[in-house]
Amino acid sequence: MTAPDLIRLSGVAKRFTKAGQGITIFDHLDMGIGRGDFVAIMGPSGSGKTTLLNLLGGIDQPTGGEIWFDGARIDRLPEGRLADWRANNVGFIFQFYNLMPTLTALRNVELPLLLTPLGRAERRQRAEIALRIVGLSDRLGHYPREMSGGQQQRVAIARAIVSDPKMLLCDEPTGDLDRGTADEILRMLQLLNREMGKTIVMVTHDPEAARYAGRILHLDKGRFVENELAGARVS
Amino acid sequence: MPRLLAQIAAVTAINVKSMPQRAWLSASTVVAVALVVAVLLSFLAMANGFEQTLRGTGSPEVAVLLRGGAGVEINSSISRDQVRLVEEAPGIARGADGRPLVSAELYVTVDGRKRAGGSKANVTLRGMGPEGAAIRPGFRIVGGRMAQPGSAELMVGQSLVREFAGFDLGSRVRIANADWTVVGVFDMGGSVFESELWADIATVQSLFRRTNVFQSIRVRLDAPDRLPALRAYLDADPRLKLDAKSEVAYFADQASSTITLIRFLGWPLAIAMAVGALAGALNTMYSAVAARAQEIATLRCLGFGGIPSFVGTLIESLLLALLGGLLGAAVTWAAFDGVTASTLGSGFTQVVFAFRLSPVLVFQGVVLALVVGLLGGLFPAWRAAHVPIVRAYGNG
Repeated sequence: MTAPDLIRLSGVAKRFTKAGQGITIFDHLDMGIGRGDFVAIMGPSGSGKTTLLNLLGGIDQPTGGEIWFDGARIDRLPEGRLADWRANNVGFIFQFYNLMPTLTALRNVELPLLLTPLGRAERRQRAEIALRIVGLSDRLGHYPREMSGGQQQRVAIARAIVSDPKMLLCDEPTGDLDRGTADEILRMLQLLNREMGKTIVMVTHDPEAARYAGRILHLDKGRFVENELAGARVS
Repeated sequence: MPRLLAQIAAVTAINVKSMPQRAWLSASTVVAVALVVAVLLSFLAMANGFEQTLRGTGSPEVAVLLRGGAGVEINSSISRDQVRLVEEAPGIARGADGRPLVSAELYVTVDGRKRAGGSKANVTLRGMGPEGAAIRPGFRIVGGRMAQPGSAELMVGQSLVREFAGFDLGSRVRIANADWTVVGVFDMGGSVFESELWADIATVQSLFRRTNVFQSIRVRLDAPDRLPALRAYLDADPRLKLDAKSEVAYFADQASSTITLIRFLGWPLAIAMAVGALAGALNTMYSAVAARAQEIATLRCLGFGGIPSFVGTLIESLLLALLGGLLGAAVTWAAFDGVTASTLGSGFTQVVFAFRLSPVLVFQGVVLALVVGLLGGLFPAWRAAHVPIVRAYGNG
């Protein structure tokens, strides 16, 4: 008997109208991602990778079908409850880090904890631990502009894991980094997956990056065309 | 609730700290609001200064008597017989010589020339006897001496000397085809009397061909509560169709119409400008929200609700408006507070007064600024709270 998926899409459709023309991104998409999976989603531009990630993260809603997370349906939640769901279950990692430029690394990482009942001291302690995990204990008081791209992405990872979400969603997390730094970041994601059990869904153009995942899904014109096991890269 | 407050504080801190990135836009809003507040406060300071001058004039122990229905001295006419009857009225204080403290006065307008700009304006020439100065509390000679009875000598209020040319001590002035000499300068605590020329009643009556005619009677009462007794005496005698008011009430009535006029000019002008400033504030805040779209979207991805974004944007707008309001108040205070000017009083003569900014006026100016900030921030704040996250990231 296999464990139920952490997240499941069933008959998901996403259509919108642009300049009077109907555009279909997905028509009837089914997929499941198991607890503790590390999945890379690849595909050409316009294939619907980012839209899929947005749907998984509850920042966009499907026009049809159902999305279930950990046994609960999330695609019809109102915005307020969806925001709470995101805060409790999802960590986001973006291509351009999306850190607050006016906050230090510590304050950036502390942001998601403002949504929890933790007090100031405990928030600070947890943010420090998260930054230690990503190897930035010596950069607590630094602002994003004072750090390299790789360091900023590590701060973003610390921010994504600080509230201990079940799932990390990464949108081209190494798209703005050189090869060496990208490998560092990918190894870190792999470690979070293997050691901390985080379920990771990563959208990428980069086949090298995708090889760090356990499974690669190829998306084209709104359909999965290939499903391969990866994991060739082991840190 | 503490969690929501912590979120609001965090979003507000992010907004405020990022203001320098939009320095010029933010500064333009601050300046626009400052101009609105400066215009409003300069009008209100003018009204306040004028009001203080007129309300500071007059004593509750002095009663002013005018022909019934005249309202102001220039419309009034009182005969010598009526003056004699008033001297017999009850409630009037008596001087050391036992004579009633009654001053029958003539009020005429003469030309003056302002020091600033040299424009001509009406000035009050008040004819009165020696008792006129005696019944006015606070009268003090600060230069020269009292005018002699029967002479063409003038005493000049020190506000009038400051504002009008040609009335300095010792000057010779041509009035009503006669040469007059300024022999004294007096202080009356900045009251409206300091905007007047005083001269001997008989000389004024003669040169202005108003022999045996007066326009007002001032009497010193035994006590302020003796006014009803005086009124009863006037009402009982059909020869005395005179109205009696305390001097305080008389000047308060005079002040109200001019003050209302100044305020009715000031507020609409300030509100018209505020509409312009509102457009500036809206532009600034919409730009701020657009510039921070990605930050707002990221916060909402993390799970922040719409309320912190809404309140944070509103607070930024209110902060800019508050800065503008305080700047406008500071500019008005530096440029106008204490500056003297003159305007037409109800007697069609110039009243010299000083602009006076008070904490209450500054509060009113800041409230107007905050209203601009609130309205200017409301719609952008709504947008910040409600734009779909995907659209904010530019991929929706």
